[in-house]
Amino acid sequence: MTVNSTPKKSKELIRPMPANWWLQKRTYFLFMVRELTCVFVGGYAVFLLILVGRANDAQVFSGLLHSPLSIGLHLIALPMVVYHSITWFNLTPKVMVVWRGEERVSPLLIAGSNYVAWLMISFLVAWIAFKAE
Amino acid sequence: MPDETINLEVFRFRPDEEDEPRYQTYEVPFREDWVVLDALNYVKDQLDGTLSYRWSCRMGVCGSCGMMVNGEPKLTCAAFLRDYHPDPVRIEPLNYFPVIRDLVINMEDFLHKMGEVKAWLIPKEDKPLDEGEHLQTPAQLAHYKQFSMCINCMLCYAACPVYGLNPDFLGPAAIALGQRYNLDSRDGGADERTEVMFSDEGIWECTFVGDCSRVCPKNVDPAGAIQQAKVTHTLEWYQSVLSPWGNKK
Repeated sequence: MTVNSTPKKSKELIRPMPANWWLQKRTYFLFMVRELTCVFVGGYAVFLLILVGRANDAQVFSGLLHSPLSIGLHLIALPMVVYHSITWFNLTPKVMVVWRGEERVSPLLIAGSNYVAWLMISFLVAWIAFKAE
Repeated sequence: MPDETINLEVFRFRPDEEDEPRYQTYEVPFREDWVVLDALNYVKDQLDGTLSYRWSCRMGVCGSCGMMVNGEPKLTCAAFLRDYHPDPVRIEPLNYFPVIRDLVINMEDFLHKMGEVKAWLIPKEDKPLDEGEHLQTPAQLAHYKQFSMCINCMLCYAACPVYGLNPDFLGPAAIALGQRYNLDSRDGGADERTEVMFSDEGIWECTFVGDCSRVCPKNVDPAGAIQQAKVTHTLEWYQSVLSPWGNKK
């Protein structure tokens, strides 16, 4: 007996990602926040360069730091930069893998060393700044 | 049926009969020791034999029962109903893959990528059988063991928005397995994997969302594997470009 039929190729369903995909999951949202905070890191680096460029002019230098606009921007930039730093520091154990024989050095130690270095450098900068005063 | 029940909202797509997918609700018994796969099997056996889905081992080894459970990629054999009860459980096919029928996705792209990355051991040296095994120390094993735990369940792909946005991305599991063999002291195939793994659609497409590692049922940490491969490749690049005694490739 012959079966008179044409093989039918089933169509597949493609589900495109919606434009707001990053709002649909907490982890995606936090990833986007982490990525967007780099704008503040870059922006603050530019601000610091401008500040250093005006270091010889005490009045302009002081104005750049003490204006209400500057204080407002600092208040926004600080949490952004802190969030950026913390999220990346916490990811360092995934990137930096250190072996001691068969044992992998604890991720806490790898991430912790970043925080220690951060604190030490911050204290050093603060010490230099306050000493100069 | 026991007193307590739970509703399953199951994604249905039957291309030969319907143009659009829909959700179908099934009321199934709620049992403390049932996983989502048990509930699906109850539907298939008792309520609706037309439902299609993949499964095999029921013990988190074969990697074939991966589905979206309430929006999260899960092995349905390891997702207990008690963690969702009394709310309904929504079951959908793995995200970002084309759907063939109901909860069955087309995994051809994934299998092709596993081949592209040569996810198998390419011996460093030809050694006759009578010379015995390729020996390895526990320390050498430790370097890649985590990445070798992959069961090819594709949950990491369903968690990766980069793969969702760009299906050409090699993807978490393929790269993790490429890295697994690159780190194996017995393997000599790193050069053969370089072009695919270190291409724009390989490791450099990854933006380190990290969700692949979060959903991995075997703690393989594909996100870590990708970032470690980035470091290795960057160091090799610097060595080949900047160092006069480096390996020019």
